[in-house]
Amino acid sequence: MGNVLLILFGTLAVAAFGIITGLVFLGVDRILVARMQARIGPPWQQPFFDFFKLMSKENVIPRNSIPWLFNLAPLLALASSIVLLLYLPIGSFPALLAAHGDLILIVYLLIVPALAMVVGGFASSSPYATIGAQREMVTMISYELPLATIAVAYAWKLGQAGVAHPFALSSITANPIWGLVGPVGLAGAVLLLLVLIVVTPGELSRIPFDTPEAETELAGGLLVEYSGRNFALFYLALGVKSIVMAALVVALFFPWNVSDFIALPTVAARIADLAFWLLKIEVVIFFAASLIRISLARLRINHVVSLYWKYLGAVGFLALALLMIDGMIA
Amino acid sequence: MIASTGKDSAITSAYMAQIGPSHPALKEPVMFTFELDGERVVSADFAPGMAHRGVEWAGTRRNAIQTLYLAERICGICGITHSVSYARAIEQIAGIEVPARAHYIRSIVGELERIHSHLLWAGVAAHELGFDSLFFLTWKVRERVMDVLEYLCGNRVHYGIMQIGGANRDITPDQYPTVLEALDYFEQHFGQLAKLFLEDDSIRIRCRDCGVLTKQEALELCAVGPTARASGVAKDVRQDHPYAAYADVEVKAITPDQFTGEVHGDVFDRIIVRLYEVKQSIDLTRIFIENMPPAGPILAEEKMPKLLALIRKAEGEAIGRHEAPRGEVLHYLKLNKNVQPEVWKVRAPSYNNYMPWIPMLEGEQIADIPIIVASIDPCISCCDRVAFVRGDRKDIVTKEDLHRMSVAKQRKIQHG
Repeated sequence: MGNVLLILFGTLAVAAFGIITGLVFLGVDRILVARMQARIGPPWQQPFFDFFKLMSKENVIPRNSIPWLFNLAPLLALASSIVLLLYLPIGSFPALLAAHGDLILIVYLLIVPALAMVVGGFASSSPYATIGAQREMVTMISYELPLATIAVAYAWKLGQAGVAHPFALSSITANPIWGLVGPVGLAGAVLLLLVLIVVTPGELSRIPFDTPEAETELAGGLLVEYSGRNFALFYLALGVKSIVMAALVVALFFPWNVSDFIALPTVAARIADLAFWLLKIEVVIFFAASLIRISLARLRINHVVSLYWKYLGAVGFLALALLMIDGMIA
Repeated sequence: MIASTGKDSAITSAYMAQIGPSHPALKEPVMFTFELDGERVVSADFAPGMAHRGVEWAGTRRNAIQTLYLAERICGICGITHSVSYARAIEQIAGIEVPARAHYIRSIVGELERIHSHLLWAGVAAHELGFDSLFFLTWKVRERVMDVLEYLCGNRVHYGIMQIGGANRDITPDQYPTVLEALDYFEQHFGQLAKLFLEDDSIRIRCRDCGVLTKQEALELCAVGPTARASGVAKDVRQDHPYAAYADVEVKAITPDQFTGEVHGDVFDRIIVRLYEVKQSIDLTRIFIENMPPAGPILAEEKMPKLLALIRKAEGEAIGRHEAPRGEVLHYLKLNKNVQPEVWKVRAPSYNNYMPWIPMLEGEQIADIPIIVASIDPCISCCDRVAFVRGDRKDIVTKEDLHRMSVAKQRKIQHG
């Protein structure tokens, strides 16, 4: 009974935490991008203002849409993003549902927010949204391969190193990959990090991979018919998803905490770890979303596919091969 | 605006989608109808006419000097273009001799306007490609051109410096340093922008071999300006029929083969042409500033009532031309011993560049539509001066109708 209550309140806490930090980081992202483009940019609270403004706006449901599906999609996107956060460690707090899922589940769950957007796009029955939804599906299929190579590479390495439950995220964070590999494997691990960094903007539909939304082409693509409350939910989902992707990168590649190195009283250690975790998240978001976004133009959908399948897939396999060679040498 | 008609057919999976009249990719209203097959454009069609304001009608109901300012307001970017063409037409009919210094003022402001227009376009193009950093950088440079134009003319957008028979304001020697300093600033940033636009891979993969207009098509569809030049048609009013101060300098039409050795006629070539025209305009402005004729009159007739009296005596018709940033602009004017122009017809460059859209768009991807549409630098408001509206119904006028109406209009012009 205690466990159920813990999970219930923990979920609420994680949801609130995820939404608020998601919005804050969206604001920080906007400021950083603006500064790099020689603009001043909005105040950091702007995403909150946007959210409240959207909530006060009319929630338009197109006449030829499928209303229940159209309304369900944003809820699904937000809920699945929050669920993902439950499987990821935050600071030195272990993941709330660590005992109930592993890396494979996370890779699967990552599809759900994107799938919710696809469903919403198709349900709105606008040609722009339909094109956007098709593009989102194609993008999703494309980055699935490099993402899978990461999971496989990790599990293989951990399994080879004799760690129990190699797919469990707790084993992964407890055994950072950098400590398990030799010089060749190190190169492989760096490549894996690169793969995940490049998959992140695709997962978040950010430039150059924002073809499903493509403001100047599709006027918002799969989100074109969304307004008011539904759009606000998608906005929250984007914020939470950014945190999720960054938290995944942190959990896989930078799992260290301040308290691992400095002895601190329990409460202080938790706070320090959380602050350090937030810093790591921001650094990851900066490199994976903000910096890529300002330095590139939007790609065509065929470029997205060839980039993810051919090049990033190849890089993923190369990383896997390097890790295996490293295992053989060692 | 979204609308679609699901065209169910067993043979083709094509569907119809509209872009416009209001769409983030379009800076002015025009409606495109595309037949799409997946991501590919099968056929394209467009319907202009959403920005009609009846400027020509209004112009024939004002006196010729008021109409000059109205002409400037046909377009927000190429104000000089329209006012100079209009003034040149009147000057030809009334036999007004423009002072040499005024010719230079016209050319200087015209070239600054070209720099402004091309930079504005480059920014828009970057934005259409989703490259907002470049968009902001380009528009930062553009801001300086606007400052210079404000410094010289008193206005940032509609300059109001042109007058029939010359210019309203002189560019005095103490203003030269500020202009030259700004030219140095543009020159510095030109290098940076050229590097970003021409060497950046993410722009190249989007624009190379995209939206191709062959030289043959450019000639057949009467494309003008950078759109034609990017397809290898070396035409430029400043080169072919020098006017104002251009007669004193050598202006050579810029074509992409001068820089890359080959003509593709694609969006990338249009970027090359426009960027190097900015460079050309910087050089031309510098030459004009350095060779300004000595201080002297800048207006053929300073007193407006006298100028109007001169126009009232004039009779005849003429065509005024000007190389606008987008191509050749043409003002046809007929005066008939009246202060108001009897007939006024404007042919803006975008009007010629509309038709090349079709061969450019067909066969390309949806993702390329915004940049291809933007690549001719369309000025919708320049072109939308004719619309047929009866009640709330808008008629489509066929080629036969237009021919019939054109014959009738010619007859009216000739026989009164």
